[in-house]
Parts: sequence; C-alpha cells; structure tokens
Amino acid sequence: MIISIASGKGGTGKTTVSTNLALSIGKAQFIDCDVEEPNANIFIKAKIKEREDVSVNIPKIDENKCDYCGKCSKFCAYNALAVVPSKILVFPELCHSCGGCGIVCPKDAVSWNKRVIGRIEYGPAKDINFYHGLLNVGEMQAVPVIKSLKKKVNKNMNVIVDVPPGTSCPVIESISGSDYCILVTEPTPFGLHDLKLAVEVVRHLYIPFGVIINREGIGDNRVEFYCKRENIPILLKIPERKKIANLYSKGIALVNESHEWHEMFGLVFNRIKEEVKT
Amino acid sequence: MKQLCVISGKGGTGKTSITAAFASLEKNAVLADCDVDAADLHLILKPYVKKTTGFHGLKIADIDKNKCIDCKKCYESCKFDAIDEEINLIRESCEGCGVCEYVCPVDAISMVDRDSGFAYISDTRFGPMAHAMLKTAEEASGKLVTVVRNNAKELAEEKKKDLIIIDGPPGIGCPVIASITGVDLVLIVTEPTLSAIHDLERILDVSKHFDIPAIVCINKYDVNVDNANKIENYCENNNIDVVGKLPYDTIVTDAMIHEQSVIEFSDGDLADGIIKMWDKIKEKLIV
Repeated sequence: MIISIASGKGGTGKTTVSTNLALSIGKAQFIDCDVEEPNANIFIKAKIKEREDVSVNIPKIDENKCDYCGKCSKFCAYNALAVVPSKILVFPELCHSCGGCGIVCPKDAVSWNKRVIGRIEYGPAKDINFYHGLLNVGEMQAVPVIKSLKKKVNKNMNVIVDVPPGTSCPVIESISGSDYCILVTEPTPFGLHDLKLAVEVVRHLYIPFGVIINREGIGDNRVEFYCKRENIPILLKIPERKKIANLYSKGIALVNESHEWHEMFGLVFNRIKEEVKT
Repeated sequence: MKQLCVISGKGGTGKTSITAAFASLEKNAVLADCDVDAADLHLILKPYVKKTTGFHGLKIADIDKNKCIDCKKCYESCKFDAIDEEINLIRESCEGCGVCEYVCPVDAISMVDRDSGFAYISDTRFGPMAHAMLKTAEEASGKLVTVVRNNAKELAEEKKKDLIIIDGPPGIGCPVIASITGVDLVLIVTEPTLSAIHDLERILDVSKHFDIPAIVCINKYDVNVDNANKIENYCENNNIDVVGKLPYDTIVTDAMIHEQSVIEFSDGDLADGIIKMWDKIKEKLIV
C-alpha cells in the first residue's frame, strides 16, 4: 500500500506526519519526494549507504554535420536552443529532454550528453528502507529526480511518500500511483485555502484521501466545517503544544518520545488500511 | 526601481505574513505574489481585481482517435510517458514538447493551447498588486511567475512606484529561480528548527549561485533559542546579515483570521520587530 502525505501549503507538518507514520508502522519503505528541500532524514536518521546520480539527456550538436537550418531551435518548446550565424547555443537548464531536436534534425547532427541534475540516496534505519532525492542547487527541474525516486517504490511493502508543497508538476508526480493520500493542514485561513487546492489535486487524480489537522487550537473551526461539509474524514488532530514544536525543532519524532503518539499514528494507519480495502 | 523577494526554502516559516506586514508599512511599493501554486497573500491584502488575463503555459497534445491508425509511434517517442499504449493522453504528464505531433504519420495529433490559469492586476488598500492563479495539476508555474513579475514591473512604471515586494514560493527549483532572477535583494525567512536550518543552507547556496545578495530573518526564534543562536553564528561566519529576530506569537494567526496584516492588527513586540526589520531592509535597498 502506498500512502502519500501532501498539503498544498508548506510548513503544515507533512514531514511530521510522514515520519511518525513510518516509524509507527515499523517495517516500511520511506520515500522523501521533496527533492528541493528534503528534511525527512532529520527524523528518520537513516545512514546513507548508496548514492545514484540522476541525469537528463541534453543535446550535443555536431558542428561538422550541422548546417544551421534552425529546425531544432524552431521546434524546441522550451527555448533551449538558439541558432545564431554559424553557431548553435544550447541552454541546458531550459531543456526538458524531450528528444525533439534530434528527431527534427535533417542532418543527424544531434547526439546526447548526460547532465547530472541531482542524486538519490538510500539507507536503512532499523526496518525502514529510506530513500530521498536532492535536486542540485541552481537546477530548475525537480520532476526527473522525483521520477527516479518513484522507480524505487516496492509495491509489496507499505510505502510512505513525503510530497513537496504546492499543487503543480512535482506534486502530481509524487502523489500519482498512491492508494491513499493524507492532506496535512492547519486551522488557519492560509491552511484552509491551500487545503482546498490540495483537495482539488487528489480528486483530480481519483485518489482517496483524508485530512490531518496540525496545530489544533490556533486559528478557527473553518477547516473542520469544510471537511464536514465535503465529507472528508479527519484522521487525526495534533494539538498546538510548545513541547511538540520543540521536539520538531530538534529533529526528534513524536513517536520516539511517547507511546501515546505511537498508538495514535498506528490507529491512523489501520484506519487507512480499512478504507483502502473497501 | 528596486525589487525585494521574500523566500524561505522551507514552507510555512512566515513569508506571506511578513510580506503583508511590509505591504502595510510601505506606501510606495507594488506587491507581487509569486507563490502561484498556493497563493495566500490575497487573503490578507483583499485585492480588487482590475484586469484578468488568461495564462496559457505549455501547449498540450490533442489526439484525434478517428484519424489514429494505432502505429504507436507517439507512444514510443514520448519521453514523459504522457501517452499510454492504448494511445490515450495522460494530461498531467504532457509537457507540451510536440514530439508526438511531429512523429504522427496521419496528422492525428495537434498541439493546442492549454488554459493553465489566470494573471491578475489589482488594487489593494496598500497599493497596486500583481498576482495569479495556477489551475490544479498544471505545469509551467515558473512561466506564470515571470508573467506576474512583468505585470508588477509595468504597474511600478505606470504608478511611479520605485519598489516591488515579491512574496516568493517555497523550495529551490523552477518557480523560486523565476522569482529571484534579477532582484536586488532576497530576504530569507527561517525558523530555529533543524529542518529550516537545513533548508536555509540550500536556499543561501541558490542565492549565491545566482549572485543575489541575501539577508535573513529568524522567525519564531524563541521556539528554540539554541538553534536560533546557531543560525546567527552560521550567518555571521558567512557574512550574511540577520536583519530581524521575531518572537513566536499567535497574533499572526489572529491577524490572518481578521484579514489584516500583523501591523494593522496589533502593536506588540512582534509588530515592533517587523517595523525595525523593515527600516533595516530599506537602508539596504537604497545603498
């Protein structure tokens, strides 16, 4: 079973939920898809054993074959190629590696260079198989790194996927294929507004979902009203406590501090298991 | 004209609340919300929209099944797995490259415009604002950020404003790079948690990579004073100014519920801290 944890708004507690859930299950695969700012390993504390570069194909133009006809640059939807008199400029950061320039070139002048844009790392932490990805600084495209990570998904295990904030391409790539999605929010106007966006995304992908309200006690009741009206199950409420904020600030998972939290996240997992079955 | 962008790496550190507070302190600025994925600034600034334009990001393939001869060339050529073996388009995966249209031998595929969202030009009680809405599951948020920034620049010229304050997105990828390219200064809002410190280091590398001066604000510093000190030391060692240390205060949420900035809503320590920080930032922008 694959459970992804998403939110729309950043900083609502995705990583808190995903890491505690994984630690409460015990035996699980954990995949941190927030490759721009991966934080889960601060809590999971896996020892990284293996590293793999993620690379994309970037066109290399053979200047002996090229006659500067400009077809490649005209075709490129991303403006990653420019033809100036007797020279072709390639802008690797803009290239999406669609392969189009190679297909349209009448002189067969395009070959491919590998360009490393990030890496994925693997390590065990007790019974958790931990994976995360890191987009290199200055790189635009998180999606290829997320795709490489998602190839590591082992469907025979319980898989927890930590999703980046937002609602666009990296989020869709991370969530798709999940059996269930937990949306983490906080009871504030920003939290509610971005929860509604996240709900649109999971509904669009036809993935069953429920909500966890973090920092309960601040703000107002509108998130709860919204969930009731929309028939969205609230799986758990995590109260606003100085102690919880302090543990988080030090990189300590709740379930490692108190048995009560261990139990509560265990109940959330069982409930999701039941819902996915039916 | 000067441009300041508020970013954070990690989400939820307080970018938007701080940007809204700046907006209420500065009478001479254009506001721009570049977190087009999950825009929230409008919830405080309550913009009155004056002009809406449709945003077409990348194009998208449109397959005419009546013409299709099932040769599977498009399926084999698509690098984004956006066409399945039964030759159905998977909308969310299509990046609009046009390879399928090119390889189709019977012209069954055409690339069409995709309605990806809207860009708005608005008025607020604090001045003009450029913002946008990206539709669910759409691509090209970086491109929409660029539209918002161009709108903000035009607004600034038209209204003779000499400052643009940008509310940036979380992360370090495409929308962030589009938000900070060419700005004069970035303010990184962080908090004293190990996660935020980790993310701060990465976002500082990004600003260095693009050669943009960066300053730091430690929000909710009293959640973990030891970590706050660590951030200060780190910044000192790397010659980065910490321009503000703001206390944790539930007033931020209360102000949000009342659709007001922290400055409008209260005059406590937090508001004082933000006012002092804004004075320091303005000095930096003038130099």
